[in-house]
Amino acid sequence: MKKELILSTSPFLHDSATTPWIMFQVIYALIPIIAAAAYFFGMSALLLIAVTVLACLVTERIFTAAKQEEPSSLKDGSAVLTGILLALTLPPGFPLWMAFLGGLAAIGMGKMIWGGLGQNIFNPALLGRAFLQSSFPTAITTWSVPDGQFFSFRGTNLALPFFQGESLDSATSATPLALMKFQQEGTEWFKLLMGNTSGSLGETSAALLLLVGVYLGMRRVFDWRIPVSIILTVTVLSSIFYVINAERFPSPDFMLLSGGLLLGAIFMATDPVTSPYTPKGVWYFGFGIGFLVVLIRLFGGLPEGVMYAVLLMNSVTPLLNKLTRKRVYGHLKNG
Amino acid sequence: MLLTFTNGVHPQEFKSWTNNSPVERLPFFADYVIPLSQHIGAPSKSLVRKGQYVARGEKIAEPGAYVSVAYHSPVDGVVSAVELAEHPGGKMVPSIKIKADPFSSQRLEKKPIDWKSLTKKEFADHLQNSGMVGLGGAAFPSHVKFAVPDDKKCDYLIINGCECEPFLTADHRVMAEYPLEVMRGIEMLQYFLTPKKTFIGIEANKKDAINILQLEANKHPELAVEIVSLEVKYPQGAEKMLISAILTNEVPSGTIPLDGGYLVSNVGTVAAIAEYFDSGKPLIERVVTVSGSNIKRPANLLVPIGTSMQELLNACGGFKSSDFGDSARILLGGPMMGMAQKSLDVPVVKGTSGVLALGVLEVPGRNTFQCIRCGRCLEACPMFLNPSTLGLLAKKGLYEEMLEENLMDCMECASCSYVCPSGIPLVQSFRVAKAVNRERKVA
Repeated sequence: MKKELILSTSPFLHDSATTPWIMFQVIYALIPIIAAAAYFFGMSALLLIAVTVLACLVTERIFTAAKQEEPSSLKDGSAVLTGILLALTLPPGFPLWMAFLGGLAAIGMGKMIWGGLGQNIFNPALLGRAFLQSSFPTAITTWSVPDGQFFSFRGTNLALPFFQGESLDSATSATPLALMKFQQEGTEWFKLLMGNTSGSLGETSAALLLLVGVYLGMRRVFDWRIPVSIILTVTVLSSIFYVINAERFPSPDFMLLSGGLLLGAIFMATDPVTSPYTPKGVWYFGFGIGFLVVLIRLFGGLPEGVMYAVLLMNSVTPLLNKLTRKRVYGHLKNG
Repeated sequence: MLLTFTNGVHPQEFKSWTNNSPVERLPFFADYVIPLSQHIGAPSKSLVRKGQYVARGEKIAEPGAYVSVAYHSPVDGVVSAVELAEHPGGKMVPSIKIKADPFSSQRLEKKPIDWKSLTKKEFADHLQNSGMVGLGGAAFPSHVKFAVPDDKKCDYLIINGCECEPFLTADHRVMAEYPLEVMRGIEMLQYFLTPKKTFIGIEANKKDAINILQLEANKHPELAVEIVSLEVKYPQGAEKMLISAILTNEVPSGTIPLDGGYLVSNVGTVAAIAEYFDSGKPLIERVVTVSGSNIKRPANLLVPIGTSMQELLNACGGFKSSDFGDSARILLGGPMMGMAQKSLDVPVVKGTSGVLALGVLEVPGRNTFQCIRCGRCLEACPMFLNPSTLGLLAKKGLYEEMLEENLMDCMECASCSYVCPSGIPLVQSFRVAKAVNRERKVA
């Protein structure tokens, strides 16, 4: 063995989970959700996803080129994931050009200006959505009815850039949450479970979201404690309000199954970058999101509060990490 | 419920290749190299000259200081040189080279030592002169470890049979095949240390060893040895983790286990101590696991200290493939904490618990990504450190700031690097940071 070899130091074994593996596991898990979106909202759903993914990839590529880095961060799957997640929070009839801008904002403002993967404070997909919410408040709250027609465009998908566009002749309707908030009108829970309601692309089918969430948790792709603590908090708090006044407040099962709660709890709040990494911190993080969701939905001006709840808790993640540090082994209080 | 510590990782074990292979005696070869600093502490001083005939088991080097041990010839033969030679640690160190006598039978006469008549001091002297060191890998001189100062007391004697490193089965085979020696060693240590309680901690994947030792322990009720089954989890065999698992106590930072009344010793060392006092054989051979997917015939071997790595690997049929790619896949010790070798012209030393030749199977190439703050390292670290933050500080070269993050409590078990999905060389950078901080402290 005269040949000189490169020596590395231990360990020589590694766990099989890598960062791209984690990203792609989530992407694969999203396929059934995407399929359901395509089933309910047809081509519009697929087009929106394609546009946001493209926008995210282009933005990531531009920033990595500007930083003169290897374009390797395109291959880690995180930009694709952000794109899909952003699209899943949009209404089916959303103009494609606006969706493209959302993708730009998500990766550009949500991730790259912080320094790229792992450096951002806010969930990029939700930051992109917050950008769209404040820029295009009408378009983002115009909901098409799921009609099972694949080859028809919803709403204002094809609006020209810088125009709101005229709605193509498909019906719109309020989401279950808006119905509840403004008309005190409930929606059958079986409908909520299956997803045959109006809403964002990825939020309508609660049953599918739950199944996928359990799968990802069991494969240890994400921290199961985050969705569990969010769901627990929302259940407990909304039960209390429901018991106090069943006329005014929705039932806990409605709170859990409607809107973006499951989508947010399973796919947004579990983003490792923007959630705490201490075992205790993730519980507080989930409690905080659940509390804010209930607060915004029941007492705020908006029908939905998951996005702001997650973003607000993102901002206290560093603090939670600091406050919930584990005592180092052997550093005993009385010693 | 099996006992264990908090956190840790579960690497694939790879032990089935050798855990049922009985220990085979390696035949004698022509050349031996005995480096004079195989232990932790001051190098030893050679007692022999070139051309001198030495007998197997004869003392050829004496301790260079208190923390230092004697060395003995592994064979009957002639000293061919006393010069610098490569040590598996990578350095050139003074070594004694011996050519084996081809006409010798290499028989060793039995000379039992009446250990019960010894004082504590004489017992320690015997350990030092027998060249005894910890065989778990660190090679810390046993006479120092077992010399309990008057102001301290060994309350709990814990024999470490965890062998939590993947691939390695040397301790497993010692426990399964030499239970009598293990019990004899415990009897001797109990006589001199008078502990209140003695445990043998063994990971639950060594059922046969647990049963065999339990049978042996039942034959010696007066020793009151408790065999403890532990969860299979890395690094269960780390001293602090073993103490935490069995006694649920932590070892305070900055203290040694003996301050709390604990003494942990590797099971192979205990058997070697018994062998020395019962037969007079100093530490001239040890059990080594040779394994890995690139080894034709993985085995557990009783190897004379000083045997060339090349000869040892030849005895196991050599490599399956001579194509190593561009990185060294020959390791001394386990894959989690072992050391890569660039040359096979190094000898087996007292701390060599295993020689592994890994294939691409076990060591796939890894790309590095940015930290995604997933927290897997925080839940792996048995010392409850924050490897994520430490890694970011190390990347920026902020080594002194790392001290505030308790860098010095890191025991370099590599669990963090093992789990990191972004392939960040965490423990590797901590080793550098620790070395830099130690140097700055001296300067």
